[in-house]
Amino acid sequence: MDTFVLLTVTGLGLGAMYFLIASGLSLIYGLMGVLNFAHGAFLTVGAYATWWTSTHVGGGPGTKLLVGAVVGLAVGAVLAALVELVLIRPLYRRPVEQVLVTVGLALALGALVQAIWGLDARTFPVPSWLVDTTTLFGASIPNDRFVEIATAAFVLVGLLAFLRYTRYGLIIRAGVENRAMVTALGVDVRKAFTLVFALGGMAAALAGVLSGVYFSTVDPGRGTSLLIYAFIVVVIGGFGSIGGTAVAAVVVGLIQQYANYYASSGLGDLAVVLLLALVLLARPAGLAPKVAH
Amino acid sequence: MNVVPLIRVHDLHVHLGESHVLQGVSFEVPEGGVTALLGRNGVGKTTTLRAMLGLVGRRGSVTLRGEELTRLPTHAIVRRGVGYVPEDRDVFAGLTVDENLRLSERNGGARYELVYELFPELRTRGGQRAGTLSGGQQQMVAIARALLNENPLLLVDEPTKGLAPLLVTEVAAALERAAELATVVLVEQNLAVVERVAQQVVVLDGGRVVHTGPAAELLRDRARIQALLGVHGGGH
Repeated sequence: MDTFVLLTVTGLGLGAMYFLIASGLSLIYGLMGVLNFAHGAFLTVGAYATWWTSTHVGGGPGTKLLVGAVVGLAVGAVLAALVELVLIRPLYRRPVEQVLVTVGLALALGALVQAIWGLDARTFPVPSWLVDTTTLFGASIPNDRFVEIATAAFVLVGLLAFLRYTRYGLIIRAGVENRAMVTALGVDVRKAFTLVFALGGMAAALAGVLSGVYFSTVDPGRGTSLLIYAFIVVVIGGFGSIGGTAVAAVVVGLIQQYANYYASSGLGDLAVVLLLALVLLARPAGLAPKVAH
Repeated sequence: MNVVPLIRVHDLHVHLGESHVLQGVSFEVPEGGVTALLGRNGVGKTTTLRAMLGLVGRRGSVTLRGEELTRLPTHAIVRRGVGYVPEDRDVFAGLTVDENLRLSERNGGARYELVYELFPELRTRGGQRAGTLSGGQQQMVAIARALLNENPLLLVDEPTKGLAPLLVTEVAAALERAAELATVVLVEQNLAVVERVAQQVVVLDGGRVVHTGPAAELLRDRARIQALLGVHGGGH
């Protein structure tokens, strides 16, 4: 029982990270039709900005992490907004070029991070209380798992409230359904594009911070490795659906953990790919396609 | 005295894939009333409206009160005072009726009283998702979105398509009311509706304008209607 509880909470923690990356990816594709392969780079840059800031500010590990995270999130948002304004906006009617640009940007940013800080993983500032464990149904669970789950839940509720109750949320929900018709109502949808990129970049950077806490380190390949799972989550959840993305992220995180433990170590990834294949066969458009709520 | 047209379309060309859909469309729409854009299926009526709004790539000139629109993005054209009711309604199915209307609001002063006066049902169905409405109710939402703001020009694309006769009458009445408030360019296949609401007609064929003139004059000439539109006249 205690092992099952540990696996479940750890799977939920992993799912929380997947959700944070995938939510931005899903909205960006749902609204703008842009397959953003540079999304993982927002995570990596956000995580490194957090780590770098934490090494340059005073205080205890908690203060360092908090200040670093604020900077990391801001860097992620600004970087994403700049990418949209400078690189994506001129290419809105050219999807092939968009893909090439985002792939190139992902490679370039990864190389830049390597060139500045090297290939070796850097130790993340993790306060001891996050490493400590809490006993739940007999299982000793590291506290960071609860923080990851709570953070993702907070972001999920915040995103849903933003989409439901704000003017921009209304524009995004409508734009996911029919972008051309939104412009035909006199709405400058480009502002929503930039906002969605910035929010997606911030969420990815937050995933970078949490992944740093989860693994206690950050390395240049972090964004790329997590982006693969994020894409799987988005495909399973349905492009443009935040609710579908959340459900898919939890399912993928749990299946990975259960398969790795109960079947064989390493089978988790295979199980996720099998799940993807099954969903594509049964519901090609994902669990909740093209509805931004 | 020369009357300055509200909108002037000149030598408009549109290519969709390999097809040269509009091949130099030119016409003028006077201020006030309804101008019906007629023609057989596939002659470019819907494409003309979409090109006027910048929803498809085009070459040529479209001026609204003398201002060139083709250099502007779609949202800026609409903000010059152009309302659009698309073919097939294009309501946002996942949004409620209220949200569909709220999305259309511009610069305050939304005319909800007018919209609810024309379509009282929209008030009672405000919280209902537009995707669950009937075709007629969706058409009401689509027209209401265009009427919500004070637009001097409305582009209305086949508003009675697929509607039951009773609803066609209701939509025609709404168009008449709309024409009291704005100039309407109407794409319509139902000649009874054209006869009821339109003063001018522009007939397209093969991506070109082949006839312009008073609506009543054309609708009286059954042989001409048969030749231009491939249908029998008489309003049905």
